[in-house]
Formats: sequence, C-alpha cells, structure tokens
Amino acid sequence: MQVKVEPRSETSRAVVYATPVLAVLLTVISGYFLFLFLGLAPAKTLYHFLISPTLTFYGWSELCVKAGPLVLIATGLAVGFRANVWNIGAEGQLTLGAIGAGGVALAFWDQSGVWILPLMCFAGVLGGMIYGAIPAYLKTRFEVSEILTSLMLTYVATLGLGILVYGPWRDPQGFNFPQTRMFTDSALLPLVLDGTRMHVGILVTLAAAVAAWVLMTRAVIGFQVKVVGQAPAAARFAGFSRNRTIWLSFMISGGTAGLAGTFEAAGPVGQLVPHLTPGYGFTAIIVAFLGRLHPLGIIAAGFLMAISYNGGEIAQVEDRLPQAATGVFQGMLLFYLLACDFLSRYRIRLASSRREVGPS
Amino acid sequence: MHDERQTPRLVLRNISKRFQSVIANDQIGFSVGPGQVHALLGENGAGKSTLVKIIYGVLQADEGKIQWNGRDEVITSPHRARELGIGMVFQHFSLFEAMTVLENIALGIDNAPDLKELADRIVSVSRKYGLPLDPSREIHTLSVGERQRVEIVRCLLQNPKLLIMDEPTSVLTPQEVGRLFVTLRQLSDEGCSILYISHKLQEIKELCHHATVLRGGRVVGQCDPAVETARSMAQLMIGAELKQLVRRAGTITQEPRLIVSNLTLPTDHPFGVNLKGISFEVGAGEIFGIAGVAGNGQNELTEALAGEVVLRSPSTIRLDGKPIAQMNAEKRRMNGLCSVPEERAGHASVPEMTLAENTLLTARNRMGLAHQGFIQLREARSFAERIIEEFSVKASGPTATAATLSGGNLQKFIVGREVLQSPEVLIISQPTWGVDAAAAAAIHQALFKLAQSGTAIVVVSQDLDELLVVSDRLAVINRGTLSPALSTAEASIDQIGMLMGGVHGLEGDAGSSHNAG
Repeated sequence: MQVKVEPRSETSRAVVYATPVLAVLLTVISGYFLFLFLGLAPAKTLYHFLISPTLTFYGWSELCVKAGPLVLIATGLAVGFRANVWNIGAEGQLTLGAIGAGGVALAFWDQSGVWILPLMCFAGVLGGMIYGAIPAYLKTRFEVSEILTSLMLTYVATLGLGILVYGPWRDPQGFNFPQTRMFTDSALLPLVLDGTRMHVGILVTLAAAVAAWVLMTRAVIGFQVKVVGQAPAAARFAGFSRNRTIWLSFMISGGTAGLAGTFEAAGPVGQLVPHLTPGYGFTAIIVAFLGRLHPLGIIAAGFLMAISYNGGEIAQVEDRLPQAATGVFQGMLLFYLLACDFLSRYRIRLASSRREVGPS
Repeated sequence: MHDERQTPRLVLRNISKRFQSVIANDQIGFSVGPGQVHALLGENGAGKSTLVKIIYGVLQADEGKIQWNGRDEVITSPHRARELGIGMVFQHFSLFEAMTVLENIALGIDNAPDLKELADRIVSVSRKYGLPLDPSREIHTLSVGERQRVEIVRCLLQNPKLLIMDEPTSVLTPQEVGRLFVTLRQLSDEGCSILYISHKLQEIKELCHHATVLRGGRVVGQCDPAVETARSMAQLMIGAELKQLVRRAGTITQEPRLIVSNLTLPTDHPFGVNLKGISFEVGAGEIFGIAGVAGNGQNELTEALAGEVVLRSPSTIRLDGKPIAQMNAEKRRMNGLCSVPEERAGHASVPEMTLAENTLLTARNRMGLAHQGFIQLREARSFAERIIEEFSVKASGPTATAATLSGGNLQKFIVGREVLQSPEVLIISQPTWGVDAAAAAAIHQALFKLAQSGTAIVVVSQDLDELLVVSDRLAVINRGTLSPALSTAEASIDQIGMLMGGVHGLEGDAGSSHNAG
C-alpha cells in the first residue's frame, strides 16, 4: 500500500472561510483531551480558558490591549504574505522598534512636550524598518531565504535589548533589576478609557487595518503585491518589480512591528525590559493566517489569540494549568489550520503500490 | 502496405472516459491493422490525448474494450502497455538535460541490460532506422529533433508492435520531418503499426493510410487521406465551413517603426540561449514573422523585446526613433509597445484573478484603469466587457476568473486586451498555440486589422504555416541568431527549413555538432 496525495479539482470559497472555524473546533476538542490527560476537570478548565476572559467589561478591555499589537503586526505581515514574502522575524523588528522608541524616551527623560510621543513612534517605525531591511537586502541581493534570516535576527534583537537594559540603559535607581527607568508621562500613550489599560495605540491599529484593507483592494500597490505572489512571471510582464515588492513588504511589516513595539513600551509596560512581549511577533503569524490575510479576519483572529493569552493566565491561577499550555494551544491552532487548509486543497488516497505512471 | 484481412493489431470498442462533467471520450471505436499508419485527427480538446493515454495505460477507460492482436486486454499501466508491445513518444519529452543519451534511455526502459550492451544496441538500432545518435552525448547539447530521436530509439529498443506518436512534427524543421517520415515508413513496412496524432493535414495526406477524425470526444469520420483534400478533412475536423481570411492591402510605410540593432544578451539560465547580434526593422503596418524550432532563443528574444528583461544600451531597441531598451515592460507600454507572451496562464494572465483584474496587468496606465495609484474598478470592468464583446470571448462576464476560460477564449481575451489598446508596436508570441481553428482565425483577423491601422507587429511562432499566412516578411531564429529577413511571398519552404536547421541538425551524423553550446 502507498499513500498518495492528489489535488482536488476545486476548492469552494465557503470551504476557505470554514477552515479557520473547523481548526478552532478541533483545537478545543484536543484541548479537552489534553486537560483530561493532565488530570484537570476539562470542562471547567476550558471554561476558564475560553469563556472567562470575555465575561466582564474589564476583561474585554484587556483583550483589546493584547489583541492590539497582534492585529497591528499581523496586518503588516499579511501584506508580505500575499506577495509570498515570508517575514518570520516580526518579533525582532518589534524589539528594534521598542529600542528606538525607548531610546528617544530615555534621551528626553528630563524634558516634556507633545512632540516626544510622535518622535518615539517615528523612531520605533524606523527601527522596525531598518531591521526589516537586512533580510530584504540579503534576499534581493544574494537570494538568501528571508525565512531564515528574519527568524535568526529575532534572537540577535532580543540579545541586543538585553545588553542595553542590563548595561547602559539600566535604571540607576532600579536596585540592579534589568530594566530601564519608567517613561515619563510625555513618553506614555494616553489612555482611551480611564480604569482600563486601553491606550490610543489601539485606535491607531484600527486605522492601520482599514488602511491595509484599502491598500489591498483599491490601490495598484496592493494589486502588485498579489500579482507578485500569485504569478511572478505575470508580474514581470506587468512591469511590477519583484525586488521592489520584497522591499515594500519588509518595510510595511517591519514598520508595523516596530510601531507595535513602540506601543508596548509606551503603553502597558511603560519602560524597556528584557522580554517585552510574550512573543507577539510570532503569534501574529498565526493571527495573519487564521484571519485569511484579510484585515477583518485578522481582527477576529487577534481577539481569539488574546483570549488564549488571558484565558491561559486565568487557568494558571484557577486550575494550576502549566504556563506552557497557552503556547501549546496556539501551536495546535496553527497546526490544525494548516492541516485543514491542506486537506481542503488535496485529498489523501491509499493506493496499491503498482506502478501507475510510465516514463512520461 | 497492410492487409485488411489480417487480425487487426488494435481494436477499440465503445471507449468512454469522463472527467467530472466533461466527457472526453464518448463511445470511441476504430481498429488499426498491422503495419498501418493510422492518423488520429482532431482539434485541441477533441479527445485525442485522453484516448492515447488510455491505450498506453496512463488512464483507464470508464467503459469499453480494448482488443490487442485479437484478444481482450486490460491495459492497467504503461508498464503493461510496453509488455504488450506498445510504445509511445510523447509531445513533451521527458529527458534529464544534464545526463547522457545512454543514461536517459537506461532509466526509461524496463529490464535495461548493462550499459555497454545497451550502448551497442542504441547504436545499431539508430543506424538501422536512420536515426543517428551518440549515446555519450549529454541531452542539453542536442537539438529538439535529436531529443525526439532519443525518445523514438528508446521505444524501438523494446521492439514495439504499435508506436504512438503525439504531434511529433510540431518541434521539427521541414527537413527533419522528411527524415522522420522515412523512418516511420520503414517501421510500417516491417509490420509495426503507427498511431499518428496530428492536426497537420498535409502531413497526414503524405504519410497515413487511414484517418480517424475526432470532434468533441466522438468519432465523426473515417477516411482515406490520400483521396480526401486537406480542406475536406479540415471541415470534418472543425465541423463547419472554414472562413477565408481577409488579407489586407499592402500599406507598409518605408519608415521603420521598430528598429532592433545588434541585440546581444547572455542568458542567466543554465540551459537558456544566448542572443547574439539580433537586428531587424519593422515598418508601420507590417507583420514581421520570426520562425524557428522551439528553444532557439524565442523566449529570450520576446522577453527582451517586451521589456521583461531590461537591456543596458538604450538604443538597441528604438520605437519611432526613441530608444526604449533600458525601459521595463510597463514603461515600454507607455511608449506604445505592447506584447503578448507565449504562456497564457501565469504569464499573460493571473489564473485566480478576474478578467477585470487581469486587464490591469497591461492596460492600467494606457487605458486609464488606474488613477493616482488607485484602481478604477468600474473602468476596468467596462474595458473587460468591451474585450469580451468585441472578441466574442465566451465568459460569464468580467468577474469570471481567468482560470474558468478555455484556452482559446483566454487567448482571445489576452490578444483583445492588447489589440484594443491600439499600440504602435505589438510583440506577440505563439498567437494561436493550442487554440481552436475558429479562435485562431479571429486572432489572425484582429492582427490584420491592427496592422492596417499602422501598428508594426512582430509575430514569433513555431508554426511555419501560420507565419506564411500572416507575415509580410519573416526571419528565422537559430541558436540565438536571427537570419536576414525574407519576403514571405518569395521565400520557399526549403529555404526557410534550411535556416531553421541552421548548420546544426542538418548533417546526418550526430557527432557533427560537438561545438554546440
């Protein structure tokens, strides 16, 4: 017997949008058995994991705080993914964005003014773009796989941030903790609602999602990105440069990741610390695909992932669920999504092992 | 000649094959006698390829019976077909470029003997049938004609009783075709039956004893090609009266619109072709044909002309005197040079996108389908509608994806997209490749009309018959160099054929072209 993979003749649009839902269902079912295996009460744990974060207004505001950076990064990544440009290093670009913004905040620590925040945003976006420029240059100049370079540069960025907060940027009054000074009010994002941690960065994120939607559906640049991704030869024929599209993708995704890093540092965290985020840059990849690379889908997927973060924390407290469970959940979700996508385009058939195709 | 009273070699009865909703073969039946050269004639999509794949065991019929030498057989695989004595030469060769002739043949045959013995047998078989081959040559140094010989010899080594040949002459020069026919006749005299698939009627008249005509998956006629005229067979094949093309009056100006001077371009592909010193001029209203056997630099040349490859020296290509060689495809389009690449899906169009979106590929700036970086959806849609209407494209509308169109309809759409932009220069590659006769006629007619309005047109085609019909002058590309232009009216087939073969491939012995590459 032999396992064969055959393409299906057609995949309906409905199936394309049904696969994320199916993937979520399969993840929940698997989670049930995972919790059972861990000796927990599965129904109760799942309730804490998936439902509890959504029960209060404050819960929702916290979901917005978590979903914000995920959606912002995923929106930028989705542009590149449409062009088959695989930026896996948003976490590194986020870190460089935070370093840029944090550098501005610390440099002007003894000053105040409304110009400080915009300057921080500018430095953050620039930091993300510069860090995205490295894999873009290596790809367009030497054909180096951007998947490897962007991923590996993430670890360099994290170590770089570590050097700064353990060394020159460490808070002199911080009892040797590896962290910078707390930013002054001029360097912190204003809150949208008092009593919550929702900051104006969330509004910027919404605007970015709308802008991305307009870019991808109405602008020639969005069309260019899609053509380069779907049919590289047709792109050349149309006069769209592949290299410029790669650069554009890295500038957009690096810039949004850098801005997300700025918002984290100037928002909920309020300073620079060695590990600024729980891996938003990586989770955003799942968010982008779960949301079908579509801005609206990305917003929905961002909230789902936010639930997995916050629910994971609740379940850690209530059910003593291991911290790794959140990562396992997110990993399962991506796994099931990729599997469902694959099976919606191909079918697997068991066939006897006789030779079917000659030297043709 | 074959004898009708003998047991037929192959009998097909009521063969049917469905793919989802499409019936590719519908109750097909005919028989092939020993030594008979049997033509299977039909347009693209008539079901020829499906049928021979069933005979060669690549596909299984849904219904029907195959008799081989008088006995019912189920041909479950190509392996089984070869055991029975059925060999097939496919239209697209399956050879490893970087390996030798000997290694390729050893890989492709069942129960290969040791290499030394095999090499001896290759030499003796190739001598016997006038197919000179050097077993130690690497495939990438061979011409297309020589590659076909490798495939044929690979079949002949297994002593076939039936040889299936799928469009074997589409890649050959006229001289090579003549030589192939000598071999096929020799095989036929020895009792080997040949199933010869083609849509070239003159060849079938010349070579075949009998013809079965397919249309829409059914047998629509059996005839003796020797007594039929090419025209009557064509009408049987197409199922309609052939329309005569209206040729325009000669209104070619003296002033050349497109001047290509000394275009030299080294390839960056391992098996690509270097273009060497190509020069030609095309006047307003003129159709200039570029003939040649596939793989002699046509793709490289059309990409350089269209701007998909940008050249260093701007004045290598001039349009109405303006140097444009340094510009990319879109900039050249803005200066009046449009193009149609050979490959319809994925190059000239994006299959997953709608027809309206596909107009944006080339017409976004020329036709105002984009404004200040934003797509004008309504304009794009109405331009797609105009193409659909004026070129009778069968499509559900501008929102149909390109992938849902048949080859001929997509080609009409793509040609229409460029023609309706009324360019000053049009570069078009393989305008009617794999397109049905009605669509081909429509495309040729559109090119005539465009030329009449003053456009300089360059047609690159492997189909010599097509070039003889459409072009005013033609030149032949061989190994990256272009011959001087000939007036189509005065050129002889022999002369063009010699140029197509170049020095390479004309000599009888395979050892003559070691300086290749």
